[in-house]
Amino acid sequence: MQLDNLYQEVILDHYKNPQHKKLSPTYDAQVHHINPSCGDEITLNVTLSGQTVADVSWDGVGCSISQASVSILSDLVLGKTLAQAQEISDSFMGLMQSKGTQTGDENLLEDAVALAGVSQYPARIKCALLGWMAFKDASVQALAKNM
Amino acid sequence: MTFNASALIADFPILSRTIRDGKRLVYLDSGATSQKPAEVIEAESNFYRRHNAAVHRGAHQLAEEATDAYEGARSIVADFLRAEVNEVIFTKSATESLNLVAYAMGNAQAGNRFHLTSGDEIVVTEMEHHANLIPWQQLAARTGATLKWFEVTPEGRLDLSDIDSIITPKTKVVALTHQSNVLGTINPLPEIVKRAHAVGAYVVLDACQSVPHMPINVKELKVDFLTFSGHKAVGPTGVGVLWGREELLNELPPFLTGGSMIENVTMTSATWAQAPKRFEAGVPNMAQAVGLGAALTYLKRIGMDQIFAHEKELTKYGMSALLEIPDLSIVGPTDLEMRGGTLSFTVGDIHPHDLGQFLDSQGIAVRTGHHCAWPLTRKLGVPATTRASFYLYNTTADVDALVDGIKSAQKYFG
Repeated sequence: MQLDNLYQEVILDHYKNPQHKKLSPTYDAQVHHINPSCGDEITLNVTLSGQTVADVSWDGVGCSISQASVSILSDLVLGKTLAQAQEISDSFMGLMQSKGTQTGDENLLEDAVALAGVSQYPARIKCALLGWMAFKDASVQALAKNM
Repeated sequence: MTFNASALIADFPILSRTIRDGKRLVYLDSGATSQKPAEVIEAESNFYRRHNAAVHRGAHQLAEEATDAYEGARSIVADFLRAEVNEVIFTKSATESLNLVAYAMGNAQAGNRFHLTSGDEIVVTEMEHHANLIPWQQLAARTGATLKWFEVTPEGRLDLSDIDSIITPKTKVVALTHQSNVLGTINPLPEIVKRAHAVGAYVVLDACQSVPHMPINVKELKVDFLTFSGHKAVGPTGVGVLWGREELLNELPPFLTGGSMIENVTMTSATWAQAPKRFEAGVPNMAQAVGLGAALTYLKRIGMDQIFAHEKELTKYGMSALLEIPDLSIVGPTDLEMRGGTLSFTVGDIHPHDLGQFLDSQGIAVRTGHHCAWPLTRKLGVPATTRASFYLYNTTADVDALVDGIKSAQKYFG
């Protein structure tokens, strides 16, 4: 079934067992992002150590795509430098805009390639991007705070 | 004529197409927008093919024909609502209609009956669509008036227990929906209208979810203003209606100004035409208004009593079938009195977006999310719901498909 392209096992696993879904008591930046068309919400904390992502944690409500995507993102960027996180993020954006023509760079995106199918469902791309936009926002704010 | 939904399906070309690899289209999203019968599509395109010219202008035959068609549509709307023809204003949408009333009231100067000050109150309800909440919220912010509201009970009904302290002598406007687009609840208008009029307040009714589905008589409803959109009533997009009592409309200041809405103009001043022209600045959405005329003619021929009864039967059938599904909860009244054919629900831990996506893969079109009534879904403690909304062309086979689809989704995401 075509739907299986969207709901890959990896996504449903992350949805049922989300990673880093417990807001840290301390953080350099906390952001709250909302998807106004569907009501999905996410709060995301970022702590930096110099240029490195020392901690990412989040809490939120939303569909499996939005929740799995932020879980995957948290796993991916933790311990990476901001430059590496940017590279991963750019690659993921490209994948989401590919309308199903790309499968994603597995070395760079790891579990996030499972979200490739989302690019064939225009209404769901914003679900997949919710956590990534939150991370982008939080990391910019955290960097500014630490400067 | 005996009502037969299965026979009506042939009138709607889109219902014969397939989606998602050959699946029959099961369209359960008429609360968002309805499908269109061929005669509406033809009426709209025929206007462009045969009669297109700017209405109320031009000394030529096409302008005459266009004006006749446009004004003919106005008469059809008036007849449909049991209203006077000069009380029917065409707008581009119900959202525009509601903004028109709110902005026009905001334009009223001291001495005008609609003039609002910081001592006045505006009353809405917690179940309003954003289109009937935000214009009032913003009007209150601009004028300093106080926004108040009726709360919603856990059963999805308006809590009128403190009606006399919510609608008070300070109340200028009571704006509410006739039927909730999320819950299906039909609101008890007589009690609210009676209280509003007793304190001299005007009642603005959002009838988007009622005009397409039940017989409406504005004189019996006794409200002061009523709005609905064409596209939810088997008509085209781009046309909405504002109905208002004639004596009120002729005292209400304009919202949009420009061509056609004037009586006299100098370089420094202008005076306004009487309603409806006062509120129809610019060349209107003519083909869409004509299409709406065809739509209401179609609905009237089928019979609004029959459509209402059909939807009630479907709702009864759907309600009992849905309630048999484990983990499914209806969000809204589960009794069938004073409710329309809109069923919102949650299914265990399956997020509505995921359920909607799964149903789509089965050819079933539903709406998911907060349905542009975010304060309501927050109040009810659900981040989002899945909504199935029925119309004249839906059958029990559609409900059966929905039920099967939900059960399959439970297996898929289980």
